[in-house]
Amino acid sequence: MKTIYLDNNATTRVAPEVLAEMTPYFSEFYGNPSSMHSFGGQVAKKLAEARAKVAALIGADPDEIIFTSCGTESDNTAIHSALAVNPDKRHIITSRVEHPAVKVLCEHLAEKDYRITTLDVDSDGKLDMDQYKKSLSADTVVVSLMWANNETGVIFPVEEAAQLAHERGILFHTDAVQAVGKVPIDMKANSIDMLSLSGHKLHAPKGIGVLYLRKGTKFSSFLVGGHQEKGRRGGTENTPSIVGLGKACELAARNMTTENTRVKALRDRLEGELLKRISHSKVNGGGALRLPNTTNISFEFIEGESILLLMDGHGICASSGSACTSGSLQPSHVLRAMGVPYTMAHGSVRFSLSVYNTNEEIDFIIEKLPPIIERLRGMSPYWNAEGATCTPAS
Amino acid sequence: MWDYTDKVKEHFMNPRNVGEIENPDGVAEVGSIACGDALKLTFKLDENKKIVDARFKTFGCASAIASASAMTEMIKGKTIEEAMKITNQDIADYLGGLPAEKMHCSVLGQEALEKAIENYKGAASPKKEGQIVCECFGVTDKEIEHAVRENHLTSVEEVTNYTKAGGGCKKCHEKIQGLIDAIYAKPVPEAEPAAKPKLTNLQKIRMIEETIDREIRPSLKHDGGDIDLVDVVGNRVLVATRGACAVCQASQLTLKGFVQTKLRELVSPELVVEEVPQ
Repeated sequence: MKTIYLDNNATTRVAPEVLAEMTPYFSEFYGNPSSMHSFGGQVAKKLAEARAKVAALIGADPDEIIFTSCGTESDNTAIHSALAVNPDKRHIITSRVEHPAVKVLCEHLAEKDYRITTLDVDSDGKLDMDQYKKSLSADTVVVSLMWANNETGVIFPVEEAAQLAHERGILFHTDAVQAVGKVPIDMKANSIDMLSLSGHKLHAPKGIGVLYLRKGTKFSSFLVGGHQEKGRRGGTENTPSIVGLGKACELAARNMTTENTRVKALRDRLEGELLKRISHSKVNGGGALRLPNTTNISFEFIEGESILLLMDGHGICASSGSACTSGSLQPSHVLRAMGVPYTMAHGSVRFSLSVYNTNEEIDFIIEKLPPIIERLRGMSPYWNAEGATCTPAS
Repeated sequence: MWDYTDKVKEHFMNPRNVGEIENPDGVAEVGSIACGDALKLTFKLDENKKIVDARFKTFGCASAIASASAMTEMIKGKTIEEAMKITNQDIADYLGGLPAEKMHCSVLGQEALEKAIENYKGAASPKKEGQIVCECFGVTDKEIEHAVRENHLTSVEEVTNYTKAGGGCKKCHEKIQGLIDAIYAKPVPEAEPAAKPKLTNLQKIRMIEETIDREIRPSLKHDGGDIDLVDVVGNRVLVATRGACAVCQASQLTLKGFVQTKLRELVSPELVVEEVPQ
């Protein structure tokens, strides 16, 4: 059975060009870039090239790129650093829809006497900017807001938010793990202090991340050790993955137009056709500015895990915000923050595309999904031949 | 991805008995759309008072659908009395087991069965007994106690897996722990045990039956065994062992060490348990 992969916000396939670029750095050029010999030195040179490619994708200076092990490490480093360099301030601003890497960290900090403001979003997932402006205070140490939401693809106005923070001397961090490579980012044109990105979301391997740190920003290391990354992140460099990430960023820059034209058109067709063919379905975040590759659709009165497993039977890979898929008992915190009713939240499915998806794959899903939804609704106590049997309150 | 058994997958892909019976003899709806799973069960009896047909509709994940499918298969052909004895563990066992986090699906199936039988018997309105402990999922202390006793749960996490209680805002974790502690707390010995009233023979038999049902049988079933009360002669409790117990070398130890101790503790200190062949 052919795999039809529309779960690219979870992780992506390593691009063949990326793998080819990485391979020699496992067994051939395996030297330590910190070594004095030229065998290691040649690797250091390759790392510098990779650093420049990553910097180029987001309009940064190579010195502003710190390689980490993942997006979560970058997020943790950024927020802990902001707190460490501002020991007198105790207030953090974030949002209700952040990735756990930021959300759970802030929950932990709340237990350590930090005051956390978690900003609300509206029913389209848009940030409450008035609430944001009002919550900025002299005690605020850092603002951490995601660039784009992993579940809905909704884009936050982080550049505007960063400007507002800067005017008050507050550090601004953004988790841009889902945005990098999908929407143009130019760090020279904004005042964001710190930005996290992750390799495996843009066709580089898992286990490599980046923290962008604006030049001149006070910094405190998270991983303390050797002098790597100019003393900002200890630990021998993951050389093959850094080389791979460099290549992936180069490809992402080249594919940016494709993402925003062809991939977006595939997404729009998938979304439009499913809504047309399946009653009681709705796009979550459909009224907001979104990533070109993501759609989050709720199918009312049925449960997401069942949908995923039946799609899995056809080789279709997607995700759900249902409680059952997570092992937690509550549906997605993102959908709940948006006030999506339970009838809808449990039956949500996220499709996230990449440049590797084809028209034929979209056709296949459009053909296979409606009977799956119909079959599960046929089993649902909230559904009969005439349609919905109830409209439960949210 | 969940590690479902082949049987769970098979019942999910090909669920038995989906639908609703018109004019059913028993009907129940449990769970809610807010909680993420809901189940409607209807059944019909034949002239011999055996369940001749059972149908379900489910809103839920693969294991909820499979649990409901399994439960309807299990009760067909059974009398009400036989069906009442089915526990959530029986449903899980029928499916070759469920992931720990999904045990609440088997509990949902058992609850639907219990409520549908209550409905058949004309029991009072199906409102929940007891005090709500978990506000998020509307779980009562009675339901938690039942799950703890029936499945020998010892932690809040296990209670959440079986009943969902505590799986939302987590504010009730302390209360749940309190309920668990209370169940396993050693009964405080009375200053004068002589205060126990003398039992009539009928009362004694009834208490022995209740104790076996509530305290003893679930534990034995956990190990694949069972026990039947054959007779009570004075203080001699005559029992027959079933299932794994019947062939188990250690069953004598179980009878004396566990069954007799429990009966002495909860019914009368003079009781002697004896096994009879049957």
